[in-house]
Amino acid sequence: MKKKVNNLYDNGQEAIEEVKNGTKSGQIFDKKLSRREMLRLTGASGLGLLLGGGGVSGILAASGAVHPAAPAPQASSEDIIPFYGSHQAGILTPAQNFLCFASFDLTTSSIADVKKLLQSWTTAAAALTSGTLIGNANENPNLPPSDTGEADGLTPSKCTITFGVGPSLFDGRYGLASKRPSTFADLPAFAGDSLDPQWCGGDLCVQACADDLQVAFHAIRNLARIARGTAVLRWTQEGFQRTGGADPKGGTPRNLLGFKDGTGNPDVTDAAEMREVVWCGSESPAWMNGGTYMAVRRVRLRIEVWDRSSLSDQEATFGRHRKSGAPIGATDEFAKLNLDAADPAGKPVIPPDSHSALAHGDGTVKMLRRSYSFSSGMDLTTGQLDAGLLFISFQKDLVKQFVSIQKRLAKNDRLNEYMVHTGSAVFACLPGVREGGYLGEALLG
Amino acid sequence: MKYSYALPAGLIASSILFAGCGDNGNNNKGNNSNNEAAATAAATNAPAVNAETSAAAADFTSAIEQYRAYVIEQSDAFVKQTEGFTDAVKAGKLDEAKALYAPARMYYERIEPIAEALGDLDPNIDARENDVDPAEWRGFHKIEQALWQNKTTNGMAEVADQLLKDAQLLRAKVETVDIDESLLVTGAVELLNEVSSSKVTGEEERYSHTDLYDFVANVEGAQKIYELLKPELAKKDPALEKTIGDKFTALLAELAPFKSGDGYVSYETLKEDEVRKLSQNLDALAEPLSNMGTILGV
Ligand code: HEM
Repeated sequence: MKKKVNNLYDNGQEAIEEVKNGTKSGQIFDKKLSRREMLRLTGASGLGLLLGGGGVSGILAASGAVHPAAPAPQASSEDIIPFYGSHQAGILTPAQNFLCFASFDLTTSSIADVKKLLQSWTTAAAALTSGTLIGNANENPNLPPSDTGEADGLTPSKCTITFGVGPSLFDGRYGLASKRPSTFADLPAFAGDSLDPQWCGGDLCVQACADDLQVAFHAIRNLARIARGTAVLRWTQEGFQRTGGADPKGGTPRNLLGFKDGTGNPDVTDAAEMREVVWCGSESPAWMNGGTYMAVRRVRLRIEVWDRSSLSDQEATFGRHRKSGAPIGATDEFAKLNLDAADPAGKPVIPPDSHSALAHGDGTVKMLRRSYSFSSGMDLTTGQLDAGLLFISFQKDLVKQFVSIQKRLAKNDRLNEYMVHTGSAVFACLPGVREGGYLGEALLG
Repeated sequence: MKYSYALPAGLIASSILFAGCGDNGNNNKGNNSNNEAAATAAATNAPAVNAETSAAAADFTSAIEQYRAYVIEQSDAFVKQTEGFTDAVKAGKLDEAKALYAPARMYYERIEPIAEALGDLDPNIDARENDVDPAEWRGFHKIEQALWQNKTTNGMAEVADQLLKDAQLLRAKVETVDIDESLLVTGAVELLNEVSSSKVTGEEERYSHTDLYDFVANVEGAQKIYELLKPELAKKDPALEKTIGDKFTALLAELAPFKSGDGYVSYETLKEDEVRKLSQNLDALAEPLSNMGTILGV
């Protein structure tokens, strides 16, 4: 207690100096000042002052104001990915270290409740991605705090929260059936699917990504809490990839089969290509203009089997070299996939039934993949690791892009020997939100 | 709410004045409220309270009196029903004892937070195996184990006598137990937390599988408190008052199909998705209910 008070006093003095010198005085009344910073400044300076007056213990006891003791780390601007914008973040955003994904079922029968939920989620997401506490009851001793608090004092960690609606939102419940785009439906069954309803579907989805797992979890937890009474969790999956810290050069991440995954992705900095591949335009209903469709497949990898296959088999499976990620026969990871190249005996250098060859096809159909690895403990039946890839892709047309490629893969992909698709869902990721607006406004407004 | 929000605002004001920023000082009221609005705009289903509405201290005297009357009425019935149950146990009437077990417990489950406030009474009456030292285990669940698992009343006479004594002691103590508004508010939430941590999982009645009786009784006990606080809640946050009311209705509707005669079906007959749905409806109620504290002055 004593130590805390001393700290408070120091911070208080500093803040008072800042106000005196006018360095912070403008910011105090700047609306953009985060709530956390505001509390830090006002709390610290005020308490410092009161300490001078000798009244600090009573105030601390009455308010439970311990915020000032732990000044929030200053969020640098590259640590914040803006929530508001013409498109949602978390799609073109380079994949952060961690993912918490949640699919929800609506339990309400009222479209007004759905709208209210999306409004509350919008406000909360803006706070969560900027590292501020959610809600207005974080200090009241008589109420459960409106923010669950585990991200208090943490940086936003590039948190993005991406929202989507599932095809089931357009069934009879909310009178939205006429608004469903014809190509937006649950995926057809593919050869080899072994889907478990526990990992399928959902009326709404939330993809929370951040460079800190606790920050991402905090987002999902609080959004689920806000949804209580309107929507319930249907399934969730956490995901990871190598962290930025472990790979400071930021090379293409490797999946759990040890191969670089993402090499063949289109260039997210090429706006024209993104309009071509990812973003829905005026051909879509207005409520999806600026949005994109997400395909999610929970793919269990048979890693024990994979680990018993030779390097050359592994490379033939992907059509790429494991070490470099380059197409077989090439040395540069980003070399073009030359599917016509043949060895002296006339055999294709890259097996036509390799994953890359099949997925690439003639190269005209693309998608933006943004998958994460998962590890969900062990499979109690087999004693093996329950690990795999939460495959996530974004595309403007599910049927032309995802379905056509996955059909080819499901039939012939060498990779099928080492994986099984256990979950499946599609979501229409809504267009971005302008400040003052809310998610899905054009759909529900 | 009132306190914590008034506090930072007041502190801004005093800091500014201290620093001698006259301009800001003159404007600080308006500016502060802007800041507050901006900083707290994040919407959740937490109650929208502001300093103005919580200013007048509410009077809970009548709610507390009514609640005490309810607690006394429930514990009267509890003693009576427990006596019937313990008589049957002592008379070796296995089936009759089994039939009386769960209904008697409901009176207790409705007022559980009060019992919990009364020291050892709760473990003495309601401890499950493993909750306490095996040598000290007594009460309902010990008899439950005898009746359902060992299928006998043998050796239970003493436990039955002790249980009745504990029930009578509870009845005597509730006369004078301290009840204040915050006990009401937290008690309601505790009742539902009881459900989600032990009834939903089927752990409470692991031999008899009569968990639904307890489930319903806990919910009824919470509902009673809500009814008593409702007028005050309606004044302070009508939207919250309505939400809680709606969620009680939804949860009770979800429970209704499991009624069977005067009681409830065995918890073992519920399917996994039925249990999940009950649990989700319970969470949907408990979340807004946990915000009833908004009516408490600080
Ligand atoms: C566990 C499942 C999967 C694993 C481990 C996996 C892994 C890989 C790897 C290592 C590559 C080569 C590097 C790269 O270009 O990024 C690749 C490429 C690709 N994969 Fe997958 N993938 C999986 C499932 C899928 C699925 C379900 C689809 C779509 C239906 C898909 C579509 C693609 C595409 C379009 C490419 C790029 C091909 C090109 O070069 O044009 N993958 N995948």
